Amino acid sequence: MFTEEELQQVQEIRSHYPTNLAAVMGVLHMVQDKYGYISDEAITSVAKLLDIPEENVLGVVTFYEMYHQHPTGKYKLQVCTNVSCLLCGSDMVLKTIKDKIGIGIGETTADGLFSVHEVECLGSCGTAPVVSVNKEYHEKLTPESINALIDNLKARA
Amino acid sequence: MKRANAMIDYQPVILPSIPDLHRIDVYEQHRGYQHIRKAIGMTPDEVINVVKASGLRGRGGAAFPTGLKWSFMPKETDKPKYLCVNGDESEPGSFKDRQIFEFNPHLMIEGILIAGWALGLRAAYIYIRGEYETWVRMVEAAVKDAYERGYIGERMKQTFGTDFAMDIYVHRGAGAYICGEESSLMNSIEGKRPYPRVKPPFPAQYGLWGCPTTINNVETIANVPVIIDRGPDWFKAIGAEKHPGPILYGISGHVNKPGVYELPTGMLLTELIHEVAGGVPGGKRIKMVIPGGSSMPPLRGDQLEGVRMDADSLKEVGSAIGTAGIMVMDEDTDLTRVLTRITHFYKVESCGQCTPCREGTGWMLKVLHRLEHGDGASADLDLLHSVASNIEGNTVCALGDAAAWPVRFTIERFRAELEAEIRAKSSHS
Repeated sequence: MFTEEELQQVQEIRSHYPTNLAAVMGVLHMVQDKYGYISDEAITSVAKLLDIPEENVLGVVTFYEMYHQHPTGKYKLQVCTNVSCLLCGSDMVLKTIKDKIGIGIGETTADGLFSVHEVECLGSCGTAPVVSVNKEYHEKLTPESINALIDNLKARA
Repeated sequence: MKRANAMIDYQPVILPSIPDLHRIDVYEQHRGYQHIRKAIGMTPDEVINVVKASGLRGRGGAAFPTGLKWSFMPKETDKPKYLCVNGDESEPGSFKDRQIFEFNPHLMIEGILIAGWALGLRAAYIYIRGEYETWVRMVEAAVKDAYERGYIGERMKQTFGTDFAMDIYVHRGAGAYICGEESSLMNSIEGKRPYPRVKPPFPAQYGLWGCPTTINNVETIANVPVIIDRGPDWFKAIGAEKHPGPILYGISGHVNKPGVYELPTGMLLTELIHEVAGGVPGGKRIKMVIPGGSSMPPLRGDQLEGVRMDADSLKEVGSAIGTAGIMVMDEDTDLTRVLTRITHFYKVESCGQCTPCREGTGWMLKVLHRLEHGDGASADLDLLHSVASNIEGNTVCALGDAAAWPVRFTIERFRAELEAEIRAKSSHS
């Protein structure tokens, strides 16, 4: 699952805490970053690697929004629709995305390039509306900037 | 950060306008890491007393006196002691701690070290919400730089000529609002499912791994070096008498200049909206303002005159300061839709541990969906009010109250508006 170098990173994470269990979130972030989601096999491997019960790993994976148990689009378009974004145009964001790539919340494009996710407040209320693409924030969006963003992502793919 | 209106005579100290202050060399040039030196020249009790005397109150939501919280930590104990710095920042309408991560992370780190000296800490964990990955990297880089300069870890002993040393780690969350609740945050760090704990025991007695622990918000901790530097009297003279100091107001929604503004506590809400944030687009009237993040009881737009942004003043008008995240809604705002969206948030974020919150948020959401889509009647408002009242006070943590308050108070304060919306929606459907 991990290279030698990544295993050293696991050791580094482990050294931050008095227990193995506490390293579980950091290691799951590594799995998610590398594979794009956390498979059943990965859950077993993380449990073995940290010498903790598998149910503890599963319990953590299923609790948090950011750990995915199934593959998502290569680019996750995470659209905030909470209050400040709602007031500043998250409807427009969703509509522009739908018009551009034909998908809405919970859907993935056939080529696996994009998936659209409705997310809770991203802490960008002063620069609403916002979309987070994988880990990158795109703020103060307009129909033009959303179209440009998607074109850029397509070109990058 | 945005600059406040020049008419307001205030020089920012948490987010001063110094270019590249996030860099450790620039921070050092501006007397960075001198305040921890000064603190180490005092006894731990003296430091706690200075923080107490300053009147600093927590900036994460509850406005609890910071010095008093620190004094709850046991002095004589065989166990290691910990600090958790709460940067989960997930309360809708809050986007201030992110500014500190980006523009002044060393101020936060220095505050942690001062707390470390005062409380005899073994280590501190900076908990940052998972979505802030970019800012996690920024804080990790700042912590690494501070280690390399000998400000954190074993080398502190040499740097500061003391026996004291502590570690600072960054813990990244993974998308769960509940982790901003302090006991949930500790379970999250421990690698457990982050269900809030029943209190007592309180964290100062039984916190991380059963050891004495204090939890402070990022902005709270960032105020500490400034207090040590300029003294408690200087701090106490800023803003509201009983809730003094600088505060980061996050203003969003229907305003011309949304953003984070560092200003004294106790500012008039109308001044913040109309002067600082440039007023409402199109000169429209304000229908509703939520003053401190989505959990806080909303205020009527026609009753904002004279309302000040500090814990006591807001309590008097039936709300609370929360995170000082101010959300402004103009006269055309669909309140039913806003309330539905807020309730959706609490439904999704309820951890599911307590039945009233787990089930109640879902029931409220179903009723609100009905109202939003024109299938409701005004009697549904009474039903909603009843469900909200049965969640409130009946859960392990404050998320239950946080879910109930917006519903209960919006109905109590905007009944006529909501009924008009219900009538309009059902005639269209």
